[in-house]
Amino acid sequence: MKKPLSASYDEMLDADGSVRSAYAGYCQWHDEQPADLLRRKGSEAEAFFRRTGITFNVYGNEDAEERLIPFDMVPRIITAQQWRKLSRGIEQRVRALNAFLHDLYHRQEIVRSGRLPARLLKNNVAFLPEMVGFTPPGGVYTHIVGIDLVRTGEDDFMVLEDNARTPSGVSYMLENRETMMAMFPELFTRVRVREVSDYPRRLARSLAACAPPACDRKTPLVAVLTPGIYNSAYFEHAFLADQMGAELVDGSDLRAENGRIAMRTTRGYEPIDVLYRRVDDEYLDPLMFNPQSMLGVSGIMDVYRAGGITIANAPGTGISDDKAIYSFMPEIVEFYTGEKPILQNVPTWRCSEPESLQYVLDNLAELVVKEVHGSGGYGMLIGPTSSKKELAVFEAKLRARPENYIAQPTLALSTVPILTKAGLAPRHVDLRPFVLVSPNGIDITPGGLTRVALKKGSLVVNSSQGGGTKDSWVLDD
Amino acid sequence: MLGRSANGIFWLFRYLERAENVSRLIEAGFRMALTRSASDAVDEWRSLIVTLGLRQAFEARYGTDYTGPHVFNFILRDKDNPGSILAITEAARTNARMVRGGITREVWESVNDGWMQLREALARPVTETRLGAVLDLVRRQATQVRGAMEGTMLRNEIYNFARIGSFIERADNTARILDVKYYVLLPSVSYVGSSLDNVQWENVLRSVAGERAYRWLNAGRMDPRGIAEFLILDERFPRSLAFCYSKLRSNLASLAREYGSEVKSHEMLGDAACQFHTTTIESIFEQGLHEFIGKFIRANTALALQIQRDYRFTE
Repeated sequence: MKKPLSASYDEMLDADGSVRSAYAGYCQWHDEQPADLLRRKGSEAEAFFRRTGITFNVYGNEDAEERLIPFDMVPRIITAQQWRKLSRGIEQRVRALNAFLHDLYHRQEIVRSGRLPARLLKNNVAFLPEMVGFTPPGGVYTHIVGIDLVRTGEDDFMVLEDNARTPSGVSYMLENRETMMAMFPELFTRVRVREVSDYPRRLARSLAACAPPACDRKTPLVAVLTPGIYNSAYFEHAFLADQMGAELVDGSDLRAENGRIAMRTTRGYEPIDVLYRRVDDEYLDPLMFNPQSMLGVSGIMDVYRAGGITIANAPGTGISDDKAIYSFMPEIVEFYTGEKPILQNVPTWRCSEPESLQYVLDNLAELVVKEVHGSGGYGMLIGPTSSKKELAVFEAKLRARPENYIAQPTLALSTVPILTKAGLAPRHVDLRPFVLVSPNGIDITPGGLTRVALKKGSLVVNSSQGGGTKDSWVLDD
Repeated sequence: MLGRSANGIFWLFRYLERAENVSRLIEAGFRMALTRSASDAVDEWRSLIVTLGLRQAFEARYGTDYTGPHVFNFILRDKDNPGSILAITEAARTNARMVRGGITREVWESVNDGWMQLREALARPVTETRLGAVLDLVRRQATQVRGAMEGTMLRNEIYNFARIGSFIERADNTARILDVKYYVLLPSVSYVGSSLDNVQWENVLRSVAGERAYRWLNAGRMDPRGIAEFLILDERFPRSLAFCYSKLRSNLASLAREYGSEVKSHEMLGDAACQFHTTTIESIFEQGLHEFIGKFIRANTALALQIQRDYRFTE
C-alpha cells in the first residue's frame, strides 16, 4: 500500500511481463506499428477534438475555460468473461438502488428493520421530502446511472461510487471510440470490440418508455435540460440531445402551463413529456428549492407530482449515492434482492462511529478521506501523498465534524499503460460503465468511460484534476 | 424548434455575414488608400470607420489619427470595439455552440475551425503585410460555413432562419455602404467622368464584391446611376437589396408553408419586397438616394424585429 504503483495489478502485463490474454490482439498490432505512429496520431487526435469542440470547462479557471480532457491512445480492454460478471453485478446493484429509493420515499422498511440508521436520512439535504409518497412514472428513479468501478486484481472489481444523480462522461465514451476508429480503422478489423455507438438510441428509447400519465403523443417528446453553455458538461448535453434527436432546452425556454411543462418554440409553447435534466435537484424548481436559481422551471415539482412530466433522473435520487449511504450498500443490495452482492464495496470507515473515527485518526497517513457530500475529487485527502501540514488540517476537520467524512484504504488501483514520451508506462485507472433503467429493464452499454491518472503514481483520475480518458473496450466472444 | 434556437441561428448567420462584409470593406478601403495621397488615404480610412458607426469609439482610442494600421486593427481586433471582427466571430461561435444540436457537424466544425484560426491570426496586431491574409481568412470562413450549410443542412425551419439572418444582415450592410458613399454616386458639377471618379465608383463595387459582375454586365462602362441601380435593383447580383429581399421572401414563404400560417412579418416583407419590382432607379434618384436608403435601413431593422417577435425568439 505504501508503493501503490509497483504493488498494483497491471491489466496489460502479468508479473513476468508477458501480455495478458485481454491485450493479446492489441499488443500484436501495437508491436507491428512504426515507433512514432501513436504519438503522431496523438496530436492528430487533439486537433480533432479541438475542431469538433469536445471540451471540458473547469470552474474557476478562466484561461482554461474550454480545456480538453487529455485522451490516451492505448485502449483499456476487458474480456467478454469479465464483462459478463461485471454486468451481473451492476444490474443487481442498480436494481437494488431503485428499490431502495422507492422504499426510502415510501414505507422505509429498511429503516424499520434496523438495517439502516434513521439518522442518515434526517437532516440529509439529498433526501427530498417533496418526493415522499410519490412514485415516478414507470417506477423508475435512476434512469441513468454511472457506476464507478476500481480494480485491484484479476477478478477484484469494487464499486467506488454510485452516480445516481446526473452522471456525466458518456459523450467521452462515444467520442473516444469514434476517434479510435477514425485513427486506427484496421485495428478494429483485427480485434473484435463490442459496439457502444448506439447508446444515444438506447437512451432515447429508455426515456421514452417512462412517459408520464399526461403524455398523449405516440412518441413522447424528450428534451434535455442544460444549465447552459458555460456548464462544464455542456458539450455532452448538446451532443446527447443531438444524437437522440431531442430538444436541448434551458430554464429560460420553459414554463409551467396547463399542468404541463412547455417549451417556447417558434410556433408557440409545446408540452414536454420526458425531461432529461442535467441540472441538480437544488436548481430544478425555484419555487421549491433554491429561489435564486435561474436554471430550473418554477412549478415543475407540482407538475411532476401531478403526472404532467417525467424528470430523469427523479429528484431526490442523490440520497442513494450519498457517501454515508454508500457504506451500507452491501446490506442494501441484500435487503432488496435477497442475494449476496456480486460486486464488492471498497472497505469504508464511517467516521461518525467513534471506533472507526479513532482508527481513521490513528492511520490517517495511509487512508483516503472523503467528504460525505463531496464530488469531483474536491475536498478529499489522500493520506500517503499528503504533507504533515495537510494531514494536521484534515485531522482537525475530522474531529470537528466526524459525521461529515468517510475513510477508505488507499487502494492499489489497477494500471493500464499510457503513451508517454518514453514509450508505454503504467498509470492508474478506474471505469465508469453507463446503465439505463426503464420499465423494460436494465440496459448496460458494453464499455464505459475509463479515466486515467496521467501523473506517475497518482491515484486521482478526475478530469478536473488532471486526469485523462481512454477508449474502453469490451471484447466480443 | 425552440425560439431561443431560432434566435441563435439567426444571429449566428448575421454575425458571419457581417464579418465577411466588414472584411470586404477593409479590403476596398486598403486598396483605395494605397492608390491615394497620404491625406486622401486618411479620408478613406475615416470613411470606413464612419460606415461602421465606430467614429466615437475610434476617436476615444486614437483621437483623429486615422492611419491604416490603427483603423484596420481597431476594426479587426481592438478590445475597445465590441463589434470587432474577432468579437463577432466569437459571438457567432458562441451562438453555434448554443444551437449545436440544430446544425450539422460540418457547419459546426467550419464555424469552430474558422474561429480558432482567426483567433490565432488576430492574437497580435496585424501589419499591412499580413492584412491580406487575415481578410482572406475571414472571407474563407464565411464561404466554408455557407458551403457546409448548403451541402449538409436539412431544408427546414432551421435553414430558413439561418438564411433570413444572412439576408437581413447583407441587405443592411449593402445599404450602409451605399449610404456612406451615396455622394460619390450623385451627379455633380464636377462630374466629368475623370479617372478618380472611376476609381471611387469601382471602389463602391469592390466593397460589395461586385466590381467584376458589374464590369461584365456593362462592358466596362462605369456610370454612377448604373452602379446604384445594380446594387439596389439588380436581382441577379447576390448582394443587391433586391436580391436579398427576393431571398427573404422565399425563405419566409417556405416558413409559412411549413407552419401552415402567415404572420405579421410576411405582410411587412411583402410590401418591402414589392417596391423593388415597381420602382425604377430614376424615381429613387428623384426622391433622393440618401432618403431612399435611410428609409430602407429603418424598414429592414423593423422587419428583423418583427420576425423575432413573430417567431418567439425571446420571451
